[in-house]
Amino acid sequence: MTAAIELEQIDKSFGSVHAVRGVSLAIEKGAITGIIGENGAGKSTLMSILYGLYHADAGTIRVDGQPVRMESPHHAIAHGIGMVHQHFMLIDSFTVLENVVLGAEGGPLLARGTSAAQAELERLERDYGLSVDPDALVAELSVGEQQRVEILKVLFRGARILILDEPSAVLTPQETDQLFRILATLKARGVTIVLITHKLREIMAATDRVYVMRQGEMVAERATAETNPEELAELMVGRKVRLQLDKAPPHPGEVRLGAERLGLVDRRGVRLLDDINLDLRAGEIVGIAGVSGNGQTELLQVLSGIRPPSTGTLTVCGRRVDASHPGDPAEMRDLGVAHVPEDRLRQGMVAAFRASETAILGYHEQSQFSRNFLLRQPAVGAYCARLMERFDVRPRVPGLRSSSFSGGNQQKLVLAREMVQEPKVLLVGQPTRGVDIGAIEFIHRELVRSRDVGCAVLVVSVELDEILSLADRILVMFAGRIVGEVAAGADERTLGLMMAGAKTSPASPFRPKTESGSSGRKRKRGKRARKEKRRGGKR
Amino acid sequence: MEDPLALVFLTAAATLRVATPLILCAMGGLFSERSGIIDVGLEGKMLMAAFFSAAVAAVTHSAWWGVAAGIAAAEVMALLHGLACITYRGNQVVSGVALNILASGLTIVWGNAWFHRGGQTPALEGQGERLLPIFFPRAGDSILVYVALLAVPITWWVISRTRFGLRLRAVGEMPLAVDTAGISVAWLRYRAVLLCGLLAGLAGSYIAIAQNAGFTRDMTAGQGFIALAAVIFGKWRPFPAFGACLMFGLLDAVAIRLQGVRVGGIEVPVQLIQALPYLLTVFLLAGFIGRAIAPRAIGQPYEKEH
Amino acid sequence: MNARLPLPAWAEIVLLPLVNIALAFITVGIIVRVIGVDPLHALELLVVGAFGSPESIGYTLYYATNFIFTGLAVSIAFHGGLFNIGGEGQAYIGGLGCGLAVLAFDRYLPIWLMIPVGIAAAALFGAAWAAVPAWLQAWRGSHIVITTIMFNFVAAALMVYLMVNVLIAPDSMTPQSRGFAPSAFMPAMGGNALNLSLALALVCCVGVWVFLWHTPWGYALRTMGHNPEAAVYAGTDLRRMTMLAMCLSGALAGLVGVNELMGVHHRIVLDFPAGYGFAGIAVSLMGRNHPFGIVLAAVLFGALQQGGAELSFDIPDITREMVVVIQGLVILFCGALVHLPRPWLQTLLALRRPS
Repeated sequence: MTAAIELEQIDKSFGSVHAVRGVSLAIEKGAITGIIGENGAGKSTLMSILYGLYHADAGTIRVDGQPVRMESPHHAIAHGIGMVHQHFMLIDSFTVLENVVLGAEGGPLLARGTSAAQAELERLERDYGLSVDPDALVAELSVGEQQRVEILKVLFRGARILILDEPSAVLTPQETDQLFRILATLKARGVTIVLITHKLREIMAATDRVYVMRQGEMVAERATAETNPEELAELMVGRKVRLQLDKAPPHPGEVRLGAERLGLVDRRGVRLLDDINLDLRAGEIVGIAGVSGNGQTELLQVLSGIRPPSTGTLTVCGRRVDASHPGDPAEMRDLGVAHVPEDRLRQGMVAAFRASETAILGYHEQSQFSRNFLLRQPAVGAYCARLMERFDVRPRVPGLRSSSFSGGNQQKLVLAREMVQEPKVLLVGQPTRGVDIGAIEFIHRELVRSRDVGCAVLVVSVELDEILSLADRILVMFAGRIVGEVAAGADERTLGLMMAGAKTSPASPFRPKTESGSSGRKRKRGKRARKEKRRGGKR
Repeated sequence: MEDPLALVFLTAAATLRVATPLILCAMGGLFSERSGIIDVGLEGKMLMAAFFSAAVAAVTHSAWWGVAAGIAAAEVMALLHGLACITYRGNQVVSGVALNILASGLTIVWGNAWFHRGGQTPALEGQGERLLPIFFPRAGDSILVYVALLAVPITWWVISRTRFGLRLRAVGEMPLAVDTAGISVAWLRYRAVLLCGLLAGLAGSYIAIAQNAGFTRDMTAGQGFIALAAVIFGKWRPFPAFGACLMFGLLDAVAIRLQGVRVGGIEVPVQLIQALPYLLTVFLLAGFIGRAIAPRAIGQPYEKEH
Repeated sequence: MNARLPLPAWAEIVLLPLVNIALAFITVGIIVRVIGVDPLHALELLVVGAFGSPESIGYTLYYATNFIFTGLAVSIAFHGGLFNIGGEGQAYIGGLGCGLAVLAFDRYLPIWLMIPVGIAAAALFGAAWAAVPAWLQAWRGSHIVITTIMFNFVAAALMVYLMVNVLIAPDSMTPQSRGFAPSAFMPAMGGNALNLSLALALVCCVGVWVFLWHTPWGYALRTMGHNPEAAVYAGTDLRRMTMLAMCLSGALAGLVGVNELMGVHHRIVLDFPAGYGFAGIAVSLMGRNHPFGIVLAAVLFGALQQGGAELSFDIPDITREMVVVIQGLVILFCGALVHLPRPWLQTLLALRRPS
């Protein structure tokens, strides 16, 4: 095999975190190579080193056999390497053309460069089947289209080696299929592709060769045709993966939270939630499955009182919430609704606060913590210590800054805070994001235990495996609507199709959506609309 | 009764005279702000430039050396601001405030140490030491007025028709995108800040050498802030900002004339007219007269994850 | 720039600020030398001028009182994530409020009623002047930095108008009001400018400390300052909290009027904020936004003001504006260039791995 790129003994640390440990790999020219691993395995770091965003502490990089020093993305681009990031590097207020051309304008004056670029862009779109309107504003494109712009950017600069970092993380299964068709076309034209992902099915479907990384090390290398998902999963995790949690059957009781025709419309008129109907009963876990970006975040915001609904009603423990009687998070807490937010660092805690201060976030006005206008510090400290004991949060130091705890311990602290209040309703978003394996099992067991003492639990997760193992009932969201409900034990195929909006469950009153490839974002179509937007939005 | 035509002409000339430093400063502020660096230090840059231009012009008896010195002084301030905001990722507002205070103190301290006149510089005389009007003696149109008028279309052209302008706008919206495209965020922002210094330097030199005949303490009198208000009022775009500068200049030019005028039975206080640019900007920011959307990444220091 | 590892806690809180201040003073020394004066001699004169006699200590503390008020004002807003640069205007309008209350009631109220009324009026008016930019930020999204700067200028214009046209004492040539009755004289401490406002300032320090770290509202305020999304999640109404933070901030700045008008001038005058509002930013930064640090920083600035005045008497080449220069440099080094010494300190503390 001719290696387009060889990495030898690459090593990288960030302070005390040893992100990449002596990794070597070879990327075959003209093939699709996959790098698989969990969150934090080091795959993105490794590729960022290759792309010149980070500098390795040790090791060599070879391109076409020649050792090179990747000082910056500039170098990488010069060597024909292009990277499509998980978080798009696109400027919303610029057009597609301006975004593509940024950094490769072809001269100090834009006029000449952009007309040449336009022609080149059209050629690329034809050759590789990537269709996007060059004059559209990026803000108006769907996620899938934005990704195509990213790929065009890279091809425009003459990349022959393409690195894609978790490309399907924000795509529906439909858009993901489109993406892989594009990758196949690229491969047919001799482009070398590196695919970073944590999704087994993509590796099996699209790659020729796969490397498995775990905790910074390269643990295995296989030809895709010679392996299978179970082997890869085991290599990824390091032991037999237990896909089913031992749990007793649920005993659903009264309805604690009911949503009737709930809808949410944002300022621009985009419908974020559409006709949501659901009942959450005591003693059951309801899982919300769906690709991220289909309204799950907004649903949690409405249910927890952070955002009022635009239409419809929400009944929580007897209180009716609707657009004219909005609730708020404080009131919801008083009613017995606890909320573990999706993004703990941004919403669920304050990194600079001590653990004891994080332990009372949202509950700081309770009489056990404040009396006569003053906070009772000793009571707060003791409370935090109790939480840490019960939920095994380490280190057991209430005075330590919250940011000093690991992801798993932070999540346990947040969960502890919410669960110890013995809520009637527990809303949980992405319970194990960025959490290590040991903590994951603990958290899952605690959620089930909460259900067993009668709490009504709602779990939102983009990890289908988590939903499948935790939930008693599964609701699937797509484009802001609930498109189907299945019992536990449903197969992934059905769920995946529902998540793409292509199929609904038999009992569902909704009609299946036609293929559109969008995730519910409103876009202005038509040349005239685009021209208007352009004139208004220029400069 | 004054000849109405002459009145219009004189008012227009006065407007332009007052607006010139505002225009130059505003264009400079535009470059800085579009690149994502807040600049409340326009006032300080102008003041330093005014002092140094007047001082050097007095000593060398040459207005042009004065202008050069004024620009140099403003550039030093701009570099300090850039250093604090870009390289050391400090708080941009604090840096601007610090430099304003520094300028207001240093100009007096140095002025006194040099010339022993309590902070003033020696009066400038004649064509050589001052920049006198070119075509209309009563209108005060020194060459810098024309430079200011030219600066507006040039600024517009640079921002919207050149590669540098595209990258500048990009770095003010999303520096991460610029960085991953292999372009140096810091170098772009430094160039923006230096352009700002150049223009603010010209503005300050104008005030000391063309509009007046020397430096007096705190002579910029808040015009740097009015220029900032004009940038915001013009929604960070060159021609609207230019319009705002003219409007604010007009207000200032007619403030004295309006004193004693009655509107609906109430005498219009001159202080109200003086406060109008600030009040209008607040109204705009409050959304009562349209919306002003700043460059998205403004005010946030860019930190690479190296 | 190398990866910025945080320094150990003691270095962050004590060493780094000290290094920043040292850099500021070294720069001042250089400027002084350039003018042709011996920096150490100047420093000696400055220190003696500030602390050399009971009278000079009195003046130092009188200046420090103002710095404490404005420093506290900036810090409380800062803890809420808000940058209040409107201290000048809020101090001005606070003084107006105090003065108006005095002019209305000083002939009718005894001193033990007049003083609290004056204080309350100063706080109320200062809070009101801050409330408008706060409301605009909270409900209309207008950037508070810009609006507070604008309001400083509006306050100045308003005060000039009022003083020249409305409040001017009947026979006065300069724009100032009639003198206050003795019931509005803040009791003096020590014979000259220093007055009981210092005690008020220290009480405010304790109050701010208790509020921020020992009450649920202070907790909510700090949460908003660190992480607005977490504050929303925690049930805090961001808009009302913004108003609260800014009103408290404006009230504290307004108390400068108490010190100046009821304590020293005994009439309403122009220009008494005299840069205290902006210097409050420096005091707050140097004091690490903590009331205790603010007191220390305020005393330092008070000493600079008093010592600087004495210095400019003794050495004519160094004018009073030197104090302004020092203030500017302190803000620059402690606020904007605060991270400058980090690499040196890191090497010193041998934290960096050899690259």
